[in-house]
Amino acid sequence: MITPTATPLSISGYSLLALFFQFLDSFGFIVLATVGLAIIFGMMGVINLAHGEFILIGVYGTALAYHAGAPLPLGMVAGVIAATAFGVVVERTIVRHFYDRLLDSMVATWGLALVVSQLLLIVFGSSLDSISTPLGNVSYGPYSSSVYSSVLLPAIAVCVLAGLYALFTRTTFGIKARATIEDPETARAMGIDTDRMYVATFAIGSALAGLTGALYAPALGSITPNRGNTFLVEAFVAVVVGGQSVILGTLAASGVLSVFNATGSFLFGTFVGQMLLLLVAIVALRVLPDGITGYVDDWQQRRRAEE
Amino acid sequence: MTLEVNGLNAGYDGTPILRDVDLTVETGEIVGIVGRNGVGKTTLLKSIMGLLEPETGTVRFGGEDLTRESADAHARSSIGYVPQGRDVFPGLTVEENLTIGEGIGGDDETRYEQVYEYFPILEERADQDAGTMSGGQQQMLAIARALVGDPDLLLVDEPSEGVQPSIVQSITADLAQINESFGTTILFVEQNLSVIQGLAERCYAIDHGQIVDEIDGEAVDDRERLEEYLVV
Ligand SMILES: Nc1ncnc2c1ncn2[C@@H]1O[C@H](COP(=O)(O)OP(=O)(O)OP(=O)(O)O)[C@@H](O)[C@H]1O
Ligand SMILES: [Mg+2]
Repeated sequence: MITPTATPLSISGYSLLALFFQFLDSFGFIVLATVGLAIIFGMMGVINLAHGEFILIGVYGTALAYHAGAPLPLGMVAGVIAATAFGVVVERTIVRHFYDRLLDSMVATWGLALVVSQLLLIVFGSSLDSISTPLGNVSYGPYSSSVYSSVLLPAIAVCVLAGLYALFTRTTFGIKARATIEDPETARAMGIDTDRMYVATFAIGSALAGLTGALYAPALGSITPNRGNTFLVEAFVAVVVGGQSVILGTLAASGVLSVFNATGSFLFGTFVGQMLLLLVAIVALRVLPDGITGYVDDWQQRRRAEE
Repeated sequence: MTLEVNGLNAGYDGTPILRDVDLTVETGEIVGIVGRNGVGKTTLLKSIMGLLEPETGTVRFGGEDLTRESADAHARSSIGYVPQGRDVFPGLTVEENLTIGEGIGGDDETRYEQVYEYFPILEERADQDAGTMSGGQQQMLAIARALVGDPDLLLVDEPSEGVQPSIVQSITADLAQINESFGTTILFVEQNLSVIQGLAERCYAIDHGQIVDEIDGEAVDDRERLEEYLVV
């Protein structure tokens, strides 16, 4: 987080650096909030409106384990496991009935989101004790930034994207997953158990949500049952702006959105940053109805046709 | 490994298409299914492959009852499938498409070397996106993808459709060669006379979802007899 003490509009080396850290902070947040949602949407045509609550389960798992005395990294592992296990159960009982039924899947998972946040409220009360952010701050001139959320988390976000890219292009599982997205019927005729691919994908999406929750557990401040929305809004916007392509879409959308979000927040405060994010999303939807990657696809096809 | 289809009835959402289909393909045979557009040829192959669940009747392969098994179980029981319309995975590279085909047969055995021998273009274009290949090349890829896993039975749906004549000829020759050298049993659907005559040892003619004729031996060379079931 940034603490400006000089006039924000004065352009100096320090303020550019602060803006850059703000951008990294925002980029890391949007990427991590988005990947799990993007994978499930890209693979199965399901928008999981309970995505924020999946992340929240990662947060709660981490915080509960930490407050029970586990070291933070171990607590994070607990958070990831909790979200993954929850995801598998939800896929088998609810989501499997809604593949490629976008609107129905949204209604069902929205209901699930309400149930989860109510349950968290009933079981664990209105908030959990916060966890202090590790790694401290760096100060430069009048500014200071959190090393954890402006350096470490964005770096992890990039690693997660690179790891997913390798998973989907370099492993047999990834190739089968892409074949299943493109043409489930033919994939089945080639011996792929598409049902199992869907469970596995949903589990990966849930695990990523859990990871995001685990990583942000010590960066959220207060841990309350309604924090899921913080994540869902940005993830939803990024998926819509990014389009169907999971990794490139997430990367491109997070890049573009965080430039606006960071600049807005840096100059005028967090609220304006958020508003700008939504505004960019609306404009992007008018100009690029299939998202950035949809536009790139079209453009490539036109170029090929001209050749 | 004999394929036996008995009393098969199948359709879409309660609309019956296939009626009481019986057919047998013995190990090592090449058998054709001929018939005009829309008579149910693809529906028949899909029912055999498990992509469409039959209403009644049975599909047995090598003595195993596959009638209620899913398509992926059929593939693991060593049935390869080449869908109609050069249906490759367009966003996957040529090599990745072939990787998917390894799942056929259910073991780790692959036949890349022989497949590349038949279709050298696929080795040259290994890293190209399948969707950017020409129609004929995509058809070769679809066949090669079904062959890398070394299936005992190959189901091929109209290999000549949308493919230029010279390539049709070479694909016909390749399929005959594959049958001979791998011993792969082949059941194919076709409307192109020269492919039928160049390939089939035996044919079933299908009309309105029913087997209406069985054309054996010498009779396959009888152009007029075949045209009866092909030309409107
Ligand atoms: N998915 C489907 N849903 C409903 N009806 C279908 C479906 N697929 C095919 N049909 C119908 O079933 C009938 C048989 O179709 P099928 O595709 O088996 O014919 P075909 O002999 O393969 O024709 P072609 O030579 O044109 O490929 C047709 O009347 C067709 O309209
Ligand atoms: Mg057909």
